[in-house]
Amino acid sequence: MRVTLIDYGAGNLRSAAKALLAAGAEAVDITGCAVAVARADRIVLPGVGAFGACIAALRGISGMEEALNTAVRRRAVPFLGICVGMQLMADEGHEFGVHKGLGWIGGSVRRMRPAGLKVPQIGWNAVESTTGSLVQPGYAYFVHSYAFDVTEPADVAGLASYGAPIVAAVQRDNMLGLQFHPEKSQSYGLSLLGRWLARG
Amino acid sequence: MTLAVRVIPCLDVANGRVVKGVNFVGLRDAGDPVEAAARYDAEGADELVFLDIAASHENRGILLDIVGATADCCFMPLTVGGGVRTADDVRALLRAGADKVSINSAAVERPELISELAQIFGEQCITVAVDAKQVAPNRWEIFTHGGRRATGMDAVGFAGEAARRGAGEILLTSMDRDGTRSGYDIALLKAIVAAVPVPVVASGGVGSLADLVAGVSEGGASAVLAASLFHFGEASIAEAKAVLAAAQIPVRFT
Repeated sequence: MRVTLIDYGAGNLRSAAKALLAAGAEAVDITGCAVAVARADRIVLPGVGAFGACIAALRGISGMEEALNTAVRRRAVPFLGICVGMQLMADEGHEFGVHKGLGWIGGSVRRMRPAGLKVPQIGWNAVESTTGSLVQPGYAYFVHSYAFDVTEPADVAGLASYGAPIVAAVQRDNMLGLQFHPEKSQSYGLSLLGRWLARG
Repeated sequence: MTLAVRVIPCLDVANGRVVKGVNFVGLRDAGDPVEAAARYDAEGADELVFLDIAASHENRGILLDIVGATADCCFMPLTVGGGVRTADDVRALLRAGADKVSINSAAVERPELISELAQIFGEQCITVAVDAKQVAPNRWEIFTHGGRRATGMDAVGFAGEAARRGAGEILLTSMDRDGTRSGYDIALLKAIVAAVPVPVVASGGVGSLADLVAGVSEGGASAVLAASLFHFGEASIAEAKAVLAAAQIPVRFT
């Protein structure tokens, strides 16, 4: 199947595209065009950077937020958000100010304050999965200072521990969001991308 | 269930080749960088660091090609440094497939750059490389330009400032130890780890696997970096992790 990878100047597009292809995607269309996103069959939203800068960049593309809502919320095409791309699914993010997110998964993105541990969390942490999740147990690569504080426990698809439990993945209906980087998590990440691609 | 200590092979690159010197000089060819990266990926390295030690403007394309070719076949974290001076430099490396970018001389000359880059790319993306040399007991100073230029700046103070300005990680190299195989400078490492809230990568001087253990258990490093030890086939990544695990240090086995 074809995957539409959104280019809004805030993601590691090349790595994400190559990993999707290695995981079994037939083609990856990298686009910053809202019309293409509105018509897409399967969408990946990457994200590297600060929440505010990322959401501003996304909204800076005319019609992009509406196109995402059309495809993901109304047409219910499979959606995958990676790292900040996952965080943008939240109601709001608190990084360099408070910024409104896409509002798809209830909750807010806040700075982690784990007692006695370094922030950002950088490295491989063990992910625990929840029932019915696409996410399986294993080590994934995290690099983040902010974590998604999810309102509805049913939306949590994976947890890791960093001083306290942190949300490693969210999943609801056609939407999956990963705090870690599957495109940087060697075989663990590729197999997860493969399961996401194989799903409906 | 906890964050694993990272084992990081470092590839010092000059003019498209991996090189390795002693105390930052006297370079020895250590092979093709993309081949080396693929080997480390297969061995289960937790991250790769590429440092462009030539870092000349005309060779920028070569570095981007190496990063791109590596990212195309190795689905693992890549940190790239050497000659990074502007947001455009960072953007180009990230687009090529880097996850983190390491800045050194430019951050020392103008620390505001750290804040500017963190605002755009997020602090998790900005590693500040601190190259330090001991000048007195418990006093280390910053050197730049691949260790050639003294600045007179206190290394511990600078690392603290870098973190306050938004560095997400400190890559700490002891220039006294680099290439000497006499172990990390543990006193330096402890001083920097205590001074910053961000992870510290220990670098410079690894001669044996026991040095990696000391870097974590005595120095408090979040990650251990080595070059020669891995390049010349003296130890594998798996052996390094086995030794760390035997010392009760959490590692990721693949």
